[in-house]
Amino acid sequence: MISKTNNIIQKRETKIIKGNVAAAYAAKSARVQMISAYPITPQTTVVEKLSEFVDGGEMPGTQYIKVESEHSVMASVIGASIAGTRTFTATSGQGLFYMNEMIHWAAGTRLPIVTAIASRGAAPPWNIWADFSDVINARDTGWMSAFCATHQEIYDEILMSYKVCEDYDVLLPKFVAYGGFILSHTSKPVIIEDQDLVDQYLPPLPDEKGWPQIFLDPERPMMHGNLIMPSGFYSEFRMKIQDTLMKTKDKIKIASKEFEKTFGRSYGNGLIEEFNMDDADVGIIIYGDLALQMEQAVEELREEGYKVGMVKLRHYRPFPTEDIRKIAKKVEVLGVMDRATAFGSPTGGPVSGDVLSCLYDTGITTKVLPMMAGIGGREVTLVQQKEELKTLIKIKETGELPNNLIHGTLWDGILEVK
Amino acid sequence: MVTIKETLNEACEEYFLPGNSCCAGCGLEIALRWAMKALGPKTALVTPASCLNVVIGLWPKTAPNFPFINMAFAAGASAATGVDAAFKAKAYRFPNQGWDKMTTLVFAGDGGTTDIGIQALSGAAERNSNILYVCYDNEAYMNTGIQRSSSTPHSAITTTTPFGKQRYKKNLPRIMEAHEIPYIATCSVSEPLDLYEKFKKAKDIEGCKYIHILAPCPPGWGYGAEDTIEMARLAIKSGLWILYEVENGVKTISKASKKYVDPSKRIPLIEYLSKQKRFRTVSEQQLIKLQEGIDKSWKVILSEIEAQEK
Ligand SMILES: Cc1ncc(C[n+]2csc(CCOP(=O)(O)OP(=O)(O)O)c2C)c(N)n1
Ligand code: SF4
Ligand SMILES: [Mg+2]
Repeated sequence: MISKTNNIIQKRETKIIKGNVAAAYAAKSARVQMISAYPITPQTTVVEKLSEFVDGGEMPGTQYIKVESEHSVMASVIGASIAGTRTFTATSGQGLFYMNEMIHWAAGTRLPIVTAIASRGAAPPWNIWADFSDVINARDTGWMSAFCATHQEIYDEILMSYKVCEDYDVLLPKFVAYGGFILSHTSKPVIIEDQDLVDQYLPPLPDEKGWPQIFLDPERPMMHGNLIMPSGFYSEFRMKIQDTLMKTKDKIKIASKEFEKTFGRSYGNGLIEEFNMDDADVGIIIYGDLALQMEQAVEELREEGYKVGMVKLRHYRPFPTEDIRKIAKKVEVLGVMDRATAFGSPTGGPVSGDVLSCLYDTGITTKVLPMMAGIGGREVTLVQQKEELKTLIKIKETGELPNNLIHGTLWDGILEVK
Repeated sequence: MVTIKETLNEACEEYFLPGNSCCAGCGLEIALRWAMKALGPKTALVTPASCLNVVIGLWPKTAPNFPFINMAFAAGASAATGVDAAFKAKAYRFPNQGWDKMTTLVFAGDGGTTDIGIQALSGAAERNSNILYVCYDNEAYMNTGIQRSSSTPHSAITTTTPFGKQRYKKNLPRIMEAHEIPYIATCSVSEPLDLYEKFKKAKDIEGCKYIHILAPCPPGWGYGAEDTIEMARLAIKSGLWILYEVENGVKTISKASKKYVDPSKRIPLIEYLSKQKRFRTVSEQQLIKLQEGIDKSWKVILSEIEAQEK
């Protein structure tokens, strides 16, 4: 276990805090040793809170570098992680796009970096509101990505992420994303856990030797990232990232179970969380904060007698293929709601496209409706979400698709355009 | 001042081993070998995309026998800042293991320094990150096949300036001076003792150190591999490349350049330019301008030194 370096020891405590502040508390609870960040709306309060912690002496020994750009953020975090320290950063939208080169670098180096993303729409035109296109844009880089639906989940998921990322069989980075403003800037009660319990749950901080295969040590000089010929092991390194991500699905499930055992809170099986799916004949897959309100929509329709259910997608990478197949089998009609765009893809939505590809050649005949809502932070009301479910019910009843689809996808709440 | 004998006794250890794939006569190789002799094995090196990324050898073979990170082109200074932060964090958790004695070194080309990496470097300098940043200046993007950089001198032919560059060399040490960092120096591969001493000094200074080394490149400049030292010497003799140090804002001309304070001691610039194919199209008019430029830069530097002495 981690030796106690903190003289200010956190006791279990419920605080009414913003989602961003919950992220900062998670970094503190995880005793991160190095933070580097650059401000961007709506992530800024993460950076500010961490400055308070570090400058106020609440995170002794932690190095906090306020760099001049997001490219430098990720580069410095990579440097610190290679040298064998637990690292943290947070960004959003343009910031994540700006770091793109380094995002690939982090995964290619196999570093367990955890990064919070207060998701926002891509510019232009400028948009700072909830939209997961930023984190989705980094989906093919080798990073894991998780979506949070509540304030507590931000805190909890960051802790779980360190457990998964730093597993010696994993050693890959991870994004923990949550909707900008909707979660980042609203306040809710969040349980900040007892430091002793967090220390027990998390792997120990890396010792002086650093990570097992990645280190920066004058006694054991190591070359990182030199040029490799096509005949070298490049293809194999790449294959290993895919192989590891697939195997990490189990690690995520285990981390989630252990989390429940330690702290008493659970999030489905870690990869997905089902809600009223067992006897449902119509279901919807949804992620991020929209899932929270959708729970209520499902409950209300259940009261009206409809057998609807919901699946909260918690992890996007690795994609829970097996779980998605299982839930697709349960229902006749499955809606897939994206709050992100994948232009030019078969459905226009990233998750709906992946869900469809999971079902190929499985004999599953469930009707899938790709859906879009809340793009660029557009409000999605409870009434609207109930209507979305009713649309799915109607498909089940009539066997017919709605006539207002745009290239096969339902863009809900879209204004009329010429 | 160390003597040649002392230095040679002390500096027999090699850290950048033979068998690397530098071109014959590579200036970068000499610069790195001597820099590492001064810094010793408790050094971690970060290098952004450059010739250095390639000449170390193809995976799984490698010539440096000290910790070494290849980095993205724009990220030399920033990645090094992170490495230094990690050493500090480790020194906190594991005191007395020498983590606080590590030198974090960046070895970057002129492109990685004066162009794409300047933002990260400026950031690191402004924060006074505890790194030693070295620009080995071969005055073009050599790794990608001799394209112009902002450090390419006026009139030099590169593959992207086929008729000679029409703009002037960016003076990066001067830009670094504007950051008020504790140590700045210029070096040349033709003055290894001077280089060795400057690195020794920089190693013991806390904060951001910047060393700019003129590192001639036979294929890039168009001269024979045996003439690298000669090229670097001619640059000093003509007064074009001035060796100096700025310690806590105080500027001094280094020994090897002192003689050329006197303009009559300087050789005509043409003696330097005419030995390199890259300058084959320089016009007479331009030559006069470049020669005047040398006088001007000496005047500026000497007046600054005079002002600080007052
Ligand atoms: C972002 C990015 N853009 C372009 C390149 C291609 N590139 C690699 S090295 C290099 C030139 C390096 O020039 P310099 O820094 O002067 O080092 P030298 O090769 O001369 O030693 C370029 C353009 C790259 N690797 N990354
Ligand atoms: S191209 Fe120039 S800098 Fe690059 S290895 Fe060859 S001589 Fe050295
Ligand atoms: Mg160069």
